[in-house]
Amino acid sequence: MSPALSPIPLTDDELVARIIAVIAATTHKPTEAFQPDSSFEALGIDSLDGIQILFALEQEFDISIPDEQAKQIRAVPDVVAGVRQLLAAKGV
Amino acid sequence: MRRVAVTGLGVVSAIGRGVAEFWDSLAHGRSGITPIEQIDISALKFRHGAEVKDFSWGDERERALYDRFALMAGAAAQEALYEAGLPRDRTAVVTGSCLGGNHFEDQSFRELYGEQRTRFNPLTIPRIMENAPASLITMKWGFQGPSYTVASACSSSNHAIGQAFWMVRGGVVDAAVCGGSDATFSLGILRAWEAMRVVSPDTCRPFCTGRPGMILGEGAGMLVLEDWDRAIARGATIYGEICGFGMSADAHHITQPSGVGAVQAMRAALADGRVAAEAVGYINAHGTGTTANDPVECQAIQQVFGARQPAISSTKSMHGHTLGAAGAIEAVATVLALRHGLLPPTANFTTQDPECPGDIVAHAARTASVEFALSNSFAFGGLNAVLLLRTAR
Repeated sequence: MSPALSPIPLTDDELVARIIAVIAATTHKPTEAFQPDSSFEALGIDSLDGIQILFALEQEFDISIPDEQAKQIRAVPDVVAGVRQLLAAKGV
Repeated sequence: MRRVAVTGLGVVSAIGRGVAEFWDSLAHGRSGITPIEQIDISALKFRHGAEVKDFSWGDERERALYDRFALMAGAAAQEALYEAGLPRDRTAVVTGSCLGGNHFEDQSFRELYGEQRTRFNPLTIPRIMENAPASLITMKWGFQGPSYTVASACSSSNHAIGQAFWMVRGGVVDAAVCGGSDATFSLGILRAWEAMRVVSPDTCRPFCTGRPGMILGEGAGMLVLEDWDRAIARGATIYGEICGFGMSADAHHITQPSGVGAVQAMRAALADGRVAAEAVGYINAHGTGTTANDPVECQAIQQVFGARQPAISSTKSMHGHTLGAAGAIEAVATVLALRHGLLPPTANFTTQDPECPGDIVAHAARTASVEFALSNSFAFGGLNAVLLLRTAR
């Protein structure tokens, strides 16, 4: 189980680090393989990895990522922006 | 080698209980996609499915013994066996299912984990086993030939029909009852599909630009296959012929199709039937309406057929993706299309995606005298099964 989300707003760096940790764990790659601007294609992440990453992010941040929004995600910055937006919507 | 006649057809689907109603819907491009009513889906992201409304079949004892998918198979088999006259000891039964008795499984596990129920219904195992439909058919009609069940996800019933076809053609048996069934609408299964993010929020638009995904369906399809000469000798109605079967594995990815396996399976079906690609006039496509399937399938068809492209449609746009029943329901649709000289349309069509090239039959059925057709099934896990069918002549 992931720890309860801190009520203290995350800094951008903290958010990026947590997202990269989630993606790395899901895709069984070292976190060093990821950069804040990495694209999924360059990382060899396919659609099946993609839905597993979305699932892991939903668990990690206790959010629900709509399918339409999920389709737009192609790279780590898309994930960060999307998660940031969903966290903001729930007041974090 | 023997020719293999189709001497019985049965179907249970969202667009028809029985072949007559099913064909009427196909011929008119009538979709069976509606809001899901069987269970409470208020927590799900999608709302629509191709359900069989008010389904009931079997006597009291059968309804207690079998789960919904087996009862649907029984109903379809009963219709297919209307003309009877098969040799009990020389008839095979081969069925396909992807999900088995998941309604009862779902209910039992909910009672176990949710309600701490300590005793299970003693019929749980026979109800949930995937081979229940095959067993039901052997027992109800007394068939004692080779009987078993195939599970290869969305290719299950094409694999089942293909195996039955080869047994009849090779003389292992004289007849076979074959097809498949699945009852898809239990909450656990719907949740699992939701998590894959491939189910459409409204309807199914195969081969269209911006298609929103697949629509789940349920039902059963059954065919009676018979040695051609025997069928003629007993004066049976011959609805069509199965003349080839091809299989392959993508050996590529658990959910993404490669196209290589699809090409190989279509070519294998043609080679098995010793039929040239140019002779094929229609393909009932796998056509799920997902982002991944449709372009890969259309491009595979282009590769196999070159300049002489057959007409293509996806009847999943009407009866939904019935998983382990898909191949069987679509084989019934294809036999009927050849018999009536009318190709059922891809319903809900908007504009053709340039990534999905081909002669798509869209909006309305097309009159066409076609001798040979393919029916494609390409499963998750890259397991492909293609039937080659022929009009009866």
